[in-house]
Amino acid sequence: MADKVLMKGNEAIAEAAIRAGCLHYFGYPITPQTEVAAYMAKKMPKIGGVFLQAESEIAAINMVYGVASAGKRVMTSSSSPGISLKGEGISYMAGADLPALVVNVQRGGPGLGGIQPSQSDYFQSTRGGGHGDYHMIVLAPASVQEMAELTVKGFELADKYRMTAMILADGTMGQMMEPVSLDFDVTPPPEKPWATTGTKMQREHNIVNSLSLVPEELEQLNFKRYEKYAEVIKNETRYEEYMVDDAEIVIAAFGIAARVSKNAVNEARAQGIKAGLIRPITLWPFPTAPFKKAAEHAKQFISVELSMGQMIEDVKLATECKVPVTLCNRAGGMIPSPELVLEAIKKAHKNGGVD
Amino acid sequence: MAVVFDKPHALIDVPLHYCPGCTHGIVHRLVAEVIDELGIEGRTIGIAPVGCSVMAYNYFNCDMIEAAHGRAPAVATGVKRADPENNIVFTYQGDGDLASIGMAETVHAAARNENITVIFINNAIYGMTGGQMAPTSLPGQVTQTSPYGRDPKLCGYPIKVCEMLSELDGAEYLERVTVNSVPHVRQAKKAIKKAFQNQLDGKGFSLVEVISSCPTNWGMTPQKALEWIEEKMIPYYPLGVYKDRSAEKEAE
Repeated sequence: MADKVLMKGNEAIAEAAIRAGCLHYFGYPITPQTEVAAYMAKKMPKIGGVFLQAESEIAAINMVYGVASAGKRVMTSSSSPGISLKGEGISYMAGADLPALVVNVQRGGPGLGGIQPSQSDYFQSTRGGGHGDYHMIVLAPASVQEMAELTVKGFELADKYRMTAMILADGTMGQMMEPVSLDFDVTPPPEKPWATTGTKMQREHNIVNSLSLVPEELEQLNFKRYEKYAEVIKNETRYEEYMVDDAEIVIAAFGIAARVSKNAVNEARAQGIKAGLIRPITLWPFPTAPFKKAAEHAKQFISVELSMGQMIEDVKLATECKVPVTLCNRAGGMIPSPELVLEAIKKAHKNGGVD
Repeated sequence: MAVVFDKPHALIDVPLHYCPGCTHGIVHRLVAEVIDELGIEGRTIGIAPVGCSVMAYNYFNCDMIEAAHGRAPAVATGVKRADPENNIVFTYQGDGDLASIGMAETVHAAARNENITVIFINNAIYGMTGGQMAPTSLPGQVTQTSPYGRDPKLCGYPIKVCEMLSELDGAEYLERVTVNSVPHVRQAKKAIKKAFQNQLDGKGFSLVEVISSCPTNWGMTPQKALEWIEEKMIPYYPLGVYKDRSAEKEAE
């Protein structure tokens, strides 16, 4: 087994990005993700890479747009309010089919909100976040190890599908320290014949563009992009199941909420309650299949979230409302305790799934 | 028969969508001539954000990027830094784009002395959206959104971009030119060529502000619009070199 190092989640993202061949990082300070920028500022100049502190999140995402156009692996990171500012650029990248990695270490909102962990950007990220019809691949790590691994995966998927991939973490994931193995297999970037690297007077000029003024043509572009999204849904949906096979009460939770919920499931099992957990790792595409399957035997689903209830809508859609789905949540930077989740499980069990 | 005049190779031989009498065509041609003369078409990447020139990607033969409104200097920063040895990067921006929505990107690219070339078309109006007040519209100028004339008490004064950027230590070269007469066109070409040559020489941020006409939205004939540049625009926006750091250093 490879050696492990003790790292903060934010640092693990930065180091994994470098190992994935990302030599261009653009950012702007915002808590609780600033360690990504700090790590890049230290490392990039030593390895011939580029770290640039942009004048704003808007500038940073447009610098990403530029490097992505030029065909190189590139990333930016921010936290909730900053991600809102990047929304314009992310939409343009979707329209121009550019690959890049965007990291959102979420904090509580809306507005300036607070700086404590949150999952309240679920809607924003899984529905695209900016204007227009598009999606990002949204990856939700639940450990520092996954912060690193999904960063690598994010670059690979972004290149494979010419899409933005997003790491949707939260303040806990960004700030906590865990041992990490940084020994990954990395798929190098594919050839990018579409990139604006200069014609070398050997080919027609390439154009990176999201403008399309003829509605019939723009419609076709949207149709084509959604065919690509269908491939992503088919090939790239990821999730973890924990004691779901015979579960009567099934928790849906991602990120830090999934870790808390796992404790609650263990305790519930110890008390003789058949509880289980489905942890989506891709939030888009959402893992519909395991929820549909679990709905055949579960009496109730509980969506555990650090928000006012956002993923719960996808759980209801996935289970086609065949069984009740309830919410167990904290918001504004608060984290549900295992006791709170256990209480919700016990209540559901007592009511026989009709809570 | 000997060819005495031809279209530059860097300009694609298609009809431009610009209005009759608009000076975009002249400036496009000057940029393309410079790209030809410097032999850099194969390594040049142009960036045209939102505005009348948003479809410049259909006209220049080099690789082209369409960018979000105002963000071209940030996109150019990314493209340049992706391969600084090879990529020659220029942005082509209007006044609303560069001096209003994209002012932060403009100022900071200049402050960083980002090694890019910026072609700034100042025609004192938003052309593409049909003639609204621009950050560079003159006091008293009638536009769709200043129907009683631009009132500085209400909406402030025009922004003089070259003068403003000349205060930054970062910027390498800033010159304001116009294209309303043959001598002025020749001077404009010299400035544009220098702005590209500076990038080749690694000198840094070079911006050429081109005072341009918009006959359609000014409500004038093309000829009258060129005269209006002379009578109204140039007195407010004096032509000349506002900064040339390398020349200043040599003079010291």
